[in-house]
Amino acid sequence: MVAPDLGPLWLTAQLAGMTTLLLLLLGTPLAWWLAQTRARIKPVVEAVTALPLVLPPTVLGFYMLVLFSPTAALGGLWLKVTGTTLTFSFVGLVVASVLYSLPFMVQPLQSAFEAVGRGPLEAAASLRAGPLDAFFSVASPLALRGYLTAVVLTFAHTVGEFGVVLMVGGNIPGQTRVVSIQIYEHVETIDYAAAHMLAAILLLFSFVVLLAVYVLNRRFPIHAGVR
Amino acid sequence: MTALSVDIRVDFPGFALEVVHGFEGQGLTALFGPSGCGKSTLLRVIAGFETSARGRLAYGDEVWLNGRRGLAPHRRGVGYVFQDTRLFPHLSVRGNLDYADKRAADLPARYGFDDVVKALDLGPLFGRGATTLSGGERQRVAMGRALLSRPRLLLMDEPLAALDTRRKGEILPYIARLPGVFGVPVIYVTHAIEEVTQLADRIVALEAGRVVAAGGVAETLERLDLAGVQGRFEAGAVLAGYVVAQDVDMHLTRVDLGGGLALEVPEIRLPVGEAVRLRVRARDVALALARPAGVSIRNMLEAEVLRVEVEAETAYAEVLLALGGQHLRARVTRAALRDLEVVPGQKLVAMIKAAAFDRQALPRG
Repeated sequence: MVAPDLGPLWLTAQLAGMTTLLLLLLGTPLAWWLAQTRARIKPVVEAVTALPLVLPPTVLGFYMLVLFSPTAALGGLWLKVTGTTLTFSFVGLVVASVLYSLPFMVQPLQSAFEAVGRGPLEAAASLRAGPLDAFFSVASPLALRGYLTAVVLTFAHTVGEFGVVLMVGGNIPGQTRVVSIQIYEHVETIDYAAAHMLAAILLLFSFVVLLAVYVLNRRFPIHAGVR
Repeated sequence: MTALSVDIRVDFPGFALEVVHGFEGQGLTALFGPSGCGKSTLLRVIAGFETSARGRLAYGDEVWLNGRRGLAPHRRGVGYVFQDTRLFPHLSVRGNLDYADKRAADLPARYGFDDVVKALDLGPLFGRGATTLSGGERQRVAMGRALLSRPRLLLMDEPLAALDTRRKGEILPYIARLPGVFGVPVIYVTHAIEEVTQLADRIVALEAGRVVAAGGVAETLERLDLAGVQGRFEAGAVLAGYVVAQDVDMHLTRVDLGGGLALEVPEIRLPVGEAVRLRVRARDVALALARPAGVSIRNMLEAEVLRVEVEAETAYAEVLLALGGQHLRARVTRAALRDLEVVPGQKLVAMIKAAAFDRQALPRG
């Protein structure tokens, strides 16, 4: 029996947690805007948001590696301000993961907000609730399932990322060596027992999370949102 | 006194709503017309939900719409009772009521939370979820919620349309009391003439996106230019009176119309002394030169012919009658008119079958 190395597991949890939190803050307004707007630019924004779904992670990772490089504008600015590089660092991984998992936050939320529709918001306005008030007191509670789905998918998807991490973060223990990289490493060094242990943990985690989502979706007494 | 002045236009593909009208700041105004005439759209424009509206909308000296720029709906202080109620499904009945009450807490109001709960009998529903209520209960909660936002103007969009006849009868008395008890002017959209006669103080009739008639209920319904709106078959008059006696055995109610005239109608469950309005369709009124004997018709009233309107190219004519201080319309054949030699100024007997009265009548006052 091999003891699992907990370092990469903990790092993965931190990365996924941070990414989910940031995306909740950034993705919610974007999803709300997409659900409400009649602007002509909407399809363009939707297409850009969906890009990480179809692009190979290596392509995304490659562009971010170029963008984060200290010789590029963004990477250079980051180096000047913080004294560290974005490439091969935990912060760089978080930024990359936010982009990589963007559609998994935005799309469930957008469809949940669209399912809520204008009706309840008009009712809220007729009861003197301003737009922000109505968003928090009516739209968000009605879209609760959408939030649940978005958060779980974002977290799980970030846990499972590999290509982007490899391109942007490399394989630095305690910094960028997440579970998926660690498993790859174990396989490369033909340490199948250790690989088995981590793979089983990920398999179990993914199953439990998805099971929780489906069970909660059945139980929630909310009629709007993602079904 | 005009409280809300409206001069607006909304363009849709193949349809334009163009309304100029001053709505009064008290009582209940019915916005009446066939489906698709634009009455619900007008209500949405007043609430601020229809962003494509342009023109001018002013409440007192507060401008709600100027050109294309509109005041945000939540700043207008307009309550809205939707046909589909739109109760918040994530809140209980109590939660829905509190939602409105909390946001109107700082406003001066003539009535409090408990007044609304009592007037609409909402107490027993408090703990229920909004999705577990019956249609009638949902509408009562929706009305209570709208009232608790302490609106300066209450808009109601066909609140009875989704209910069956019995439920309608249950809700009508609550609506009838709104303007009087809470002092809120109401604009009430409906295509049902019965609701107009039982609830409204005034009518604004719409057809194809325009106002075709407006004014008091009795006069406006009498006007023949409304024929296109309510249909000739439904044309009639409204009589106001008081309950003076109840015949419990026979299930009949006696209504005094003033001027020594009285009607006997199917039981109206109201105490003696209550004011009622009765709608009589022109086709339910027959005429006689003298009081006939041995007929089943109970209501025979002395009336004076004011006007005779012959409908060319049809079998019919309409006779406008004075009944004390009130008016009645009779729809009879032109042949009958010729045989009876009816002329203006003539005294006749108007006969109305008791069964012709609308089943529900309501307190007015």
